[in-house]
Amino acid sequence: MPTEYTERSLLRYSQRIMELFRNPKNVGEMENPTVTAIEGDPTCGDMMQMSLKIEGDRIVDAKFLSFGCAANIATGSAVTEMVKGKTLDEAEKLSIKEISESLGGLPMLKMHCAVLAYKTLKKAIGEYRQRAGGYE
Amino acid sequence: MRVYLDNGTTTQVAQEVLDEMLPYFIEKFGHPIFVYSLGREAADAVERAQEVIAKSINAEREEIIFTSGATEANDLAIRGIAYANRKRGSHIITTKIENPSVLRVCEKLEGEGFKVDYLDVDSQGFVNLDQLEDAIDEKTILVSVMHVNDEIGTIEPIEEIGKILREQKHKVYFHVNAAASYARVPIDVERMNIDALSISAHKIHGPKGVGALYLREGTPVEPISHGYISLFPLRPGTENVPAIVGFAKAAELAFDAFERHVEHMRKLRDKLMEGIEKIPHVVLHGPRGEKRSPANVNYSFKYVEGESVLLHLDLNGISVATGSACSTRKLEPSHVLTAIGVRPEVAHGAIRFTLSRYNTSEEIDYVLGVLPRVIENLRKISPIKPGQF
Repeated sequence: MPTEYTERSLLRYSQRIMELFRNPKNVGEMENPTVTAIEGDPTCGDMMQMSLKIEGDRIVDAKFLSFGCAANIATGSAVTEMVKGKTLDEAEKLSIKEISESLGGLPMLKMHCAVLAYKTLKKAIGEYRQRAGGYE
Repeated sequence: MRVYLDNGTTTQVAQEVLDEMLPYFIEKFGHPIFVYSLGREAADAVERAQEVIAKSINAEREEIIFTSGATEANDLAIRGIAYANRKRGSHIITTKIENPSVLRVCEKLEGEGFKVDYLDVDSQGFVNLDQLEDAIDEKTILVSVMHVNDEIGTIEPIEEIGKILREQKHKVYFHVNAAASYARVPIDVERMNIDALSISAHKIHGPKGVGALYLREGTPVEPISHGYISLFPLRPGTENVPAIVGFAKAAELAFDAFERHVEHMRKLRDKLMEGIEKIPHVVLHGPRGEKRSPANVNYSFKYVEGESVLLHLDLNGISVATGSACSTRKLEPSHVLTAIGVRPEVAHGAIRFTLSRYNTSEEIDYVLGVLPRVIENLRKISPIKPGQF
């Protein structure tokens, strides 16, 4: 509809993003997660749930659920993949720039999806730390 | 299988249209303003095109002006009539669900001192006629209402609006954006009391870059673009003769078998709707049956996001459109869905399917084979559980 509908033509996704959209990594519910966090809002059309399994100070598994566009699904895959095996300190250092670069770059209009994944990860780690009684 | 179901955005040019256009590039390439035979050939072609289009809406040949598209036709109609009648009044009435090519023009006029009222619509997209009657005053010079809403397929009560305006003590000009209704719903500018009508070629298997404005004889209009006058005093510039020829051919193809084409699309529309309604948690946007464009289907699939649905369908060879915020530049859901009262979280899951006379029953079967699986898979990875909204 030459209404807002056609404006999507300006959004170009990298091959990497389309690959992860078609075959997302780490998507689904986690059995007995150590911590789960949700960010975003269905009213915004952008929402993510991230679950982490933490042993000691290391993230041994990460999974996500997504309500959002292809960039949302791709960034969820990228972030969960990038934090698996990292310590909490290392995972916390993950930047939006790194997330975007791992995807071959995000269109400007989709940067908020990387921010959402980043915020969800931060929230999950933060909640775990609070529960575990503060920073080590 | 490739299935194109985004005909509301643009359509494939028909082969016969392309064939009709080609001679006007290399053999009959004359400028229509000149008296030598090459020019006369081009001018005759433009006149024939005017005839075809005029006949299809019950207008006179001289009342058809060719433009670069419906966007330009809307701009010329609205601003042209507004400026020309400004001394008489500066009040314009339109609706909340118009296309940007009408809304942005009205906003510009507001910035220039015109008062614009945007009528509400009900939950199915029908314009509030009582509100219209109340809004008209002695300063009202123009009412602009789209015939069919291109997002949700609502067929507006154009004849009733024409009647209301006919009954007014002073002349209120009636502009109708018919880009989404031309060749899908019958138009009669006499019966409907329409003074200006916008149509577009690339919505009816004609080329992009050409449209037309029907302007009733005697309607005061100021041109909004200026320069070299060729055939149309209100619209300067050399005419795109091949495109105009293509537009007329596209109209001819559509209107030669109008009822048959419409019936064909309506059957496919109903088949698609029936199949979609077997999927749980879907919401129809726009009315059912006779009051809905035969070419339009629009549903929200709850708990999933529109762009993801669109891309999965695309990966399966199916082209559609979506009203989700993430698919737009402004990151806001469709203004039409908002105006009919759809909540944002539901609007984000809206998918629009628009048919053409070229779609087949097999194509609809294919779509109905793919769609439920796509929705189910996206719901499986969604953090939102059914019932949450």
